[in-house]
This record gives sequence, C-alpha cells and structure tokens, in this order.
Amino acid sequence: MKTKAQGNSALSFILLIAGIVLLVAALAMDVMGTKFAGRGAMLIFGIIAFFAGLYLIPTMKHHRKIVYFIFLFPLLFTFAVTVIIPLVLGIGYSFTDWTGVKITKFVGLANYMSMFKDPAFIYSILITFVFVIINMVLINVIGFCLALLCTSSIKASGFFRAAYFLPNLIGGIVLGYIWQFVFNNVLIGMTNHISLLSQSKTALLCIVVVYLWQYGGYIMLIYITGLTQVPGDVLEAANIDGATPMQTLFQIKIPMIASTITICTFLTLTSAFKQFDVNMALTNGAGSVPNFMGAYLSNGTQMLALNIYNTAIAKNSYAVGQAKAVLFFIILAVVSLIQVRISNSKEVEL
Amino acid sequence: MSQTKRSRTIILTIIGIIIAVYILFPFYLVVLNSFKKQTDIVASPIAWLGASFSQFVSNVSSVVGNSNFNFWTALGSSTCITVVSLILLALFGSMAAWVISRNNKKAWATVIYMIFIASMIIPFQVVMLPLISTFRDVGNFIGIPMLKSIPGAIFAYCGFGGAMTVFILTGFIKGVPYDLEEAAAIDGCSPEGTFFKVILPLLTPVITTVTILNGMWIWNDYLLPSLMLGNNSKYKTLPVAVQAFVGSYVKQWDLILTAALLAILPMIIIFLIAQKQIMEGMVEGAVKG
Repeated sequence: MKTKAQGNSALSFILLIAGIVLLVAALAMDVMGTKFAGRGAMLIFGIIAFFAGLYLIPTMKHHRKIVYFIFLFPLLFTFAVTVIIPLVLGIGYSFTDWTGVKITKFVGLANYMSMFKDPAFIYSILITFVFVIINMVLINVIGFCLALLCTSSIKASGFFRAAYFLPNLIGGIVLGYIWQFVFNNVLIGMTNHISLLSQSKTALLCIVVVYLWQYGGYIMLIYITGLTQVPGDVLEAANIDGATPMQTLFQIKIPMIASTITICTFLTLTSAFKQFDVNMALTNGAGSVPNFMGAYLSNGTQMLALNIYNTAIAKNSYAVGQAKAVLFFIILAVVSLIQVRISNSKEVEL
Repeated sequence: MSQTKRSRTIILTIIGIIIAVYILFPFYLVVLNSFKKQTDIVASPIAWLGASFSQFVSNVSSVVGNSNFNFWTALGSSTCITVVSLILLALFGSMAAWVISRNNKKAWATVIYMIFIASMIIPFQVVMLPLISTFRDVGNFIGIPMLKSIPGAIFAYCGFGGAMTVFILTGFIKGVPYDLEEAAAIDGCSPEGTFFKVILPLLTPVITTVTILNGMWIWNDYLLPSLMLGNNSKYKTLPVAVQAFVGSYVKQWDLILTAALLAILPMIIIFLIAQKQIMEGMVEGAVKG
C-alpha cells in the first residue's frame, strides 16, 4: 500500500515536471520565433502530462478539487478562446481602424458614426425589423394552425408532423438554392416571365416564404407539445358545458399555452433576426432601391447579418463591420432581456 | 353526429394533404430534375419529359468528381467535424455541468454558470471577425494551424456549443438525487469514478437531446466553416461545398440540383431512421433553452 502511494507520487512528480518543462520549452520557442515544427505537439503533450501529474497527486483532501478543475478546464478553455476573448477583442476593435490583421490607431466612435451615415446600412436595419416582425407573426400563426390541424381528428397525423418538419432538417444555404430554382424556373411561368427575385419587394416576400417554409414545421412541433399538455378533463368539461370549438380555442387552449407562445415568439424573433444563410443563397442581398434617403441602393434585400458579413469580408472594412456587429449584438441583447422580463411576469400571473 | 364528425376528419385530412404537397413539392422538384438534362429542365421543370435513370447517373458522376464540389471529401469533413464535436461536447459538457451543479452553492460555480447563460445571446456575427484573427495568431504562435484545419473547427464548435450544452445538462443533473453519489462515495468510489460509472449513464436521454440539437446546427452551419476552413480549401464541409459549386456553375441547374440532392440526402436518411428522437429532441431543446 505504501509503495504504491510512493510510486504514484513519484510518477505524479515526474509528469508534473515533464509537463511544465515541455510547456515552457514550447512557449519559449514560440516567443523566440524558432520554427521548430514539433513545438505544437510539445505544447499538447506538455498539457496532457501536466494534467496527468495533477490527477495522480496523492492527496485525499484535495483530490476532489483537482478532479473538479480537470473536468471544468476543457470546456471553459475552448469557450474562453472562441467566445469570450473574441467578444472582448471585437468590442475593442470596433473603436479602432482594424484591418483584420493590424491596428494602427484608435479612432473613437468614427466607425459608429460612419455606419449611421450609410443609407445602405440604415436600409438593412429597417428591412430586418420589417422581416422579423412579419416572420414572427406569420410563423407563429401558421405554426399554431398546423399544430391545431395535427392534434385534431386528422388521419395519419404522425406522417403530417414529419412532413411539415422535414424542411427544418436542411441548412439554409441548400434550401436557398433550391428555392432560387423554384422562383426563377418554376414559378416564373405564373409571373409573366419576370422572376419574383428580381424586384426588391417581391424578393423580400420570397425570403419570408422560404423562411416560413423552413421554420413553420419546427414551431408547429413546439405548439403540438404545448397543446397536448392541456389537460383532457378541462377540455371535456368545456365540451360538457357546451363551449363551441372557438370558445375552447380562445378561452382555454390559448391561455393555457401562454408560456409556449412566449418561447416560440422569442425563438422566431431571434432566429429571424440572425437570418443569414437563406438571405445569402436566395438573393445575396441584391435588389435595387431607387431612392432611399436620397441615395440609390443596390442592396434591396440585404438584411443586417448579411450586411455585416459583406462589409467585413467582401468590402474588406473590418473595423466598420465589427462596429455594425456590436450594434447587432446590442439589439439582440435588448430583445432577449425584454423576453426574459415578459416570461418572468407571465409566470407570476399564472 | 358521427356523420358530421367523419366528414370533418375527411376535410381536415384533405387540408393536411394539400399543405404537405406544398411543403414537399420543392423536394420533389429537386429529385425530378436531377434525373434530367439542363435543356429538359429549362424546357419544363415540372414535366417528366427527359427524366431517365442514366441521366441521373451521369449527373451524379459529374457532380461527385467535380473539383469545386468534391462530394466525398466534403462528406468526410462534415462527418468528421460533426461527430468529433458532438462526442467532445457531450463528454466535456456533462463533465462541466456535473461540476457546476454539484457546487451550485459556491460563488465561482454560479459565476461560471451565469457567464455561460449570458453568452447564449451572443450572435456569431459579433465574434466571427476577431475569432478568425485570434485563431490565425494563436495558430502561428503555437505552430498548430487553427484555421483551414479540422481540429481548429472542432475546437471552435466545442466553444460555441458549450453554453447551450452546459445549460441543458445542468438543468437535468440538478434533478439527479445526490444520495446516489454519496452511496457511491461510501462504497469507496472516487469522484471521477462516481461521475463516469453512476452519473454519466443516467444522462443518456438528455445527452441525446443536446446531441440532436448540436448535430443539426453543426451539420448545417455555413458561416463558421466558410470563414474558418475557407471556400477553396480541401476541408470544405457540405454546405460550403454546395455554395462553392453553385458559385462556379451559375444556372447549371441539372448539376446544382443533383449537388443539392446529394447534400441533403445524409440528413434525410438519418431523419428517417431516428425521426421520433429528432423531433422530440428539437422540441425539448427549445422548451428548455
């Protein structure tokens, strides 16, 4: 028993030392600019050896804490590197003349000022809000109606649920191209050989239709779950009291699924707001607007997320793109806070 | 009464069928037109005229071998990134969630949990640009490429999927009785042993839910792989490959629709196999998230 503990502590000690040596050596090479190809592997083996050593430290008292640390580390590390650090850097970069590679000076609010003077960006914000509101209402109403249909006395309701949900399985890029084909080649016969995608206004409607098609089935599934949780005896009681189907719907079902409605509203709101893939694949933001704030615009269907992407990647102005992204984040955060407020107050009422 | 009830059922079923036809029609068009030549598609995209199996085989072979699409490589990258990310997210996520929920009275655990929850509102757009520059710099610094590399993409997905995974898993673990762990500890089981032997097996249903949610998102994601892996690299995922392919074959609908069909097929097959789990998982994730 004693020898085993000693063996463990020796092994733990060796691993800890080896891990630290490898880590320090690899980092030293990085700092000094040595282009030794194995330095990445050294770093990884160093980390692994360090953790193995840490794990084998022969202590009963602190073992639990060490395990907690080792268990938390992988996710916290990846999370910090991919979310927290870029978020902090990104907010900082939005106040500089960042080019994606280097920063030469601090420019204060100049990026923010320039984006609000850009009619194309203001236009993107406006159509994004219009799109979000139309979508939120339509998807919820249609999703709810589909859910009522699927929970009614309909035959083969399992098939219908799966069929309506099917478009949600497919990513927006592929969907966008499929619908581009539908609008440009199939429906064109019904629209006097002018593609619906060629006019800004109808193209926006097309995006709404495609988005509805993609998302309606998903929202329907959530409403179905809500509706099936309405207790059967309540509905039965209403039936015995002679309530019409309409009364049952508006005075029993809808009030009883208020929390589901909040969830779906929020879900459609944020996802429509972040909409990018369908927008890119279907129109790529193209479309002419003859006169908006005294300017001619060529981004008639470009929503906010796509505008940010195009500003940074296509036009290569990273700092302005980043400033727009920060504004995007603020809007989303405000919307989320409002939603949390509303759902909390609803819960108190119930 | 039963007569009106039956006629109501029939009317509802007919409405259901009409909606189903509308929803499934684009899929039908994709399948139909990938069996046709470009000239036949242009002549009439809804007619059966010109559709033949030999044409489908020739479309598929020209798409699969295309250097912009590289179907098998793209399928391989997509599968590799999705599967490895899902395994790591499930493992690391449940490890972290367990630690957080077992220390929920301590300040540090609460702070970590709050940061995770708050981070769920962060849109990808606000971090994507600095993410790329950070990954490029880190990659250059440590000598392991983080951009245009599959491990880099997996690393990023573990970071982005972490918050939602921990949130859902923590909610579940809080409901697992602590007595179970105490009993294991009395029997001489170490904390890590307790986690792997007692807790992890109990998490199977909720891990299924997060895996479905994360899987749908990672498999279909476009922006992250297109920025991190590049549109021209050999590591493109399927959505990026479709985009690159369409960009190089504008209006070649016979090839584009065949490519789209190939890209959606894996997901449809998985859906047909695990339809119930996927639909339940998506709903549970939404209700809890």
